[in-house]
Amino acid sequence: MKIHIKNGRVIDPMNVRDEVTNVFVAAGKIVAIGHAPADFHANRTIDATGLVVCPGLVDLSVRLREPGFEYRATLESEMLAAAAGGVTSLACPPDTDPPLDEPGLVEMLKFRARNLPGPRVYPIGAMTQKLEGKMLTEMAELTEAGCRAFTQADAPPTDTQVLLRAMEYASTFDFSLWLRPQDVSLARGGVAHDGAVASRLGLPGIPALAETVALATILQLARETGARIHLARLSTRESIAMVRAAKAQGLAVTCDVASTHVHLSENDLISFDSHLHLVPPLRSLRDRDAIREALRDGSIDALCSDHTPVDEDEKQVPFGESAPGASGVELLLPLTLKWAREMGVPLMQAIDLISWKPAQILGVPGGNLAVGSCADICIFDETAEWVVTPKALASQGNNTPFLNHPMQGRVRYTVIDGHIDFESLRF
Amino acid sequence: MNPQLTADGRLRHLLTLDGLPRAILTQILDTAESFMDVGEREVKKVPLLRGKSIFNLFFEPSTRTRTTFEIAAKRLSADVVNLNIATSSQTKGEAILDTVDNLAAMHADMFVVRHSQSGAAHFIARHVAPHISVINAGDGRHAHPTQGLLDMFTIRRFKGEFHNLTVAIVGDVLHSRVARSQIHALTTLGVPEVRVIGPKTLLPTGVEQMGVKVFHTMEAGLAGCDVVIMLRLQSERMKGALLPSAQEYFKFFGLTPEKLALAKPDAIVMHPGPMNRGVEIDSEVADGPQSVILPQVTYGIAVRMAVMALLAGGTTA
Repeated sequence: MKIHIKNGRVIDPMNVRDEVTNVFVAAGKIVAIGHAPADFHANRTIDATGLVVCPGLVDLSVRLREPGFEYRATLESEMLAAAAGGVTSLACPPDTDPPLDEPGLVEMLKFRARNLPGPRVYPIGAMTQKLEGKMLTEMAELTEAGCRAFTQADAPPTDTQVLLRAMEYASTFDFSLWLRPQDVSLARGGVAHDGAVASRLGLPGIPALAETVALATILQLARETGARIHLARLSTRESIAMVRAAKAQGLAVTCDVASTHVHLSENDLISFDSHLHLVPPLRSLRDRDAIREALRDGSIDALCSDHTPVDEDEKQVPFGESAPGASGVELLLPLTLKWAREMGVPLMQAIDLISWKPAQILGVPGGNLAVGSCADICIFDETAEWVVTPKALASQGNNTPFLNHPMQGRVRYTVIDGHIDFESLRF
Repeated sequence: MNPQLTADGRLRHLLTLDGLPRAILTQILDTAESFMDVGEREVKKVPLLRGKSIFNLFFEPSTRTRTTFEIAAKRLSADVVNLNIATSSQTKGEAILDTVDNLAAMHADMFVVRHSQSGAAHFIARHVAPHISVINAGDGRHAHPTQGLLDMFTIRRFKGEFHNLTVAIVGDVLHSRVARSQIHALTTLGVPEVRVIGPKTLLPTGVEQMGVKVFHTMEAGLAGCDVVIMLRLQSERMKGALLPSAQEYFKFFGLTPEKLALAKPDAIVMHPGPMNRGVEIDSEVADGPQSVILPQVTYGIAVRMAVMALLAGGTTA
């Protein structure tokens, strides 16, 4: 398939390109930018006049819910949702049932995903068997099966010795560990940020300390072991400052935040809406503003959706009993654009946070539009306005705190490996 | 938008005292005043809610609160159905909405709800049909608005005004829905100084942002108080990481005649009940001349009648 993407505003952060031009795709690769190569006869021409043409998005956390949670969502529904969100590569955390802790499960997931349209699926393996935090998984075997990194997802290790051993073992092979810092005992029983709002609402709190105490441990162990660490879903101002300081000292760590936490805070909890029950919890305005600023100054390396589709019945209960998480893979782009508009950040820098930078963290092709690179491309209308409704979302999970919110920016085409995997029918 | 009020500012549900206008609080207290004599009549009934069905929906066990709601509803001539639903015996959550839908289909007019989760009453109020009112009879640590109101009623009866008072709330504020409702009511009604007294383990983070002064000793906190409200300490919290022992708690935060002497000589002592004598309060104080703990119980019925009557649209006895 040969595609001519005509006359779009081509933004490619890796190559620092931002100009109105043409992109030519053939045999799954970007073959030219600007002028067509000799003898190029397009099967399909996309008129991208007025649209932005950028690298396909790379989302560092998308729960596909298979195996085990098919009642919440299926591979089909969520891969379609990801494509509709402009995502061409995604990292899938191992908190499935059973968890992705052995090669057979990873191979099965990859096989199922490969036979469906939609983004490239990169499983993140379980760091410990059954995610129990006790025994290490066969990380080398899992890597051969296709795991890009290892994590405990939202089941942080309770045993620091196991964490140390995991870092030592992973660093033996130069595997990357993705860790969400949370001290389990300090977070015990909590469902919301331990601050004035949770106190007022009588919701049991998770103190910011639960994150910083665990982060201090992780950073100290990383210094000692030299393990490659990616810190997932930071949520507090203090932890961002700690990571900034660690980077300044030369520690090779990266970090991400969830797009929900860029816009929402504890103040939004006032109606007890269980769609705002997230992990980590929405924190104070001060924390949210620190996240917004750290994204601008580069202290935070990537933005992800932390897509967590949940069955509506699991949200139709009081806040504290509800299943945490938000569906969001289709909102990653508009929420990133919203942040950029509000902060006066150039479009190229915003796109960098959801394409090239996460592609490097994940260590996969894509995330750029260099000639010769794989043809993973997102074409979106920066100005298109729409409203988040269950009907407007492809995901099976309608659990988003942004329900009925207006959004600006919508994906028109998603090209994955040279194929148009998503095409918006409504303009 | 306040989910408790109708578009024209009338009470639609009673979920929390947080954010309720002073005029509505005063209206409830005034209405309760008008119901005070009903309990003393030979026929203790007024026909205000005749033909209405009120369902006491208790997902958490309670005898006292449920009974006072039941008496209040019966004195208004309503039909009352009590449902004690132990959450443990059901698949949580789904059951709540199923239960609510089923009862609504039986033409309920009002739900009185108690639940162990903060926000449960809000959740139910969001889902009921427009003609059904929800009264929160206690949700988790969040709110117990009728208790807060009856406490205000008690204070007004004994002290007359709010604008010149110093009120101290003592004990386990962290886990107390009663304390939260009291704090909102007191600040809304214009009490210039509301204090909370307790060890740091039993005070919520940022509690001062609710408009209270924080004290960690009875000596400093009780000085000059007009009203002393003691909170119940749940037995499961008497030993462990929050407190070392009930004995040590009583020694430092229990209300004894000696500590009460630090407050104003005419200070009143309140307690939402049930009391732990010898843990948060000495019997000599609980049964002493400054105690208004039993009147609180009596007033509770009039206040709950007032809330039900206002929600049903009537105001006079």
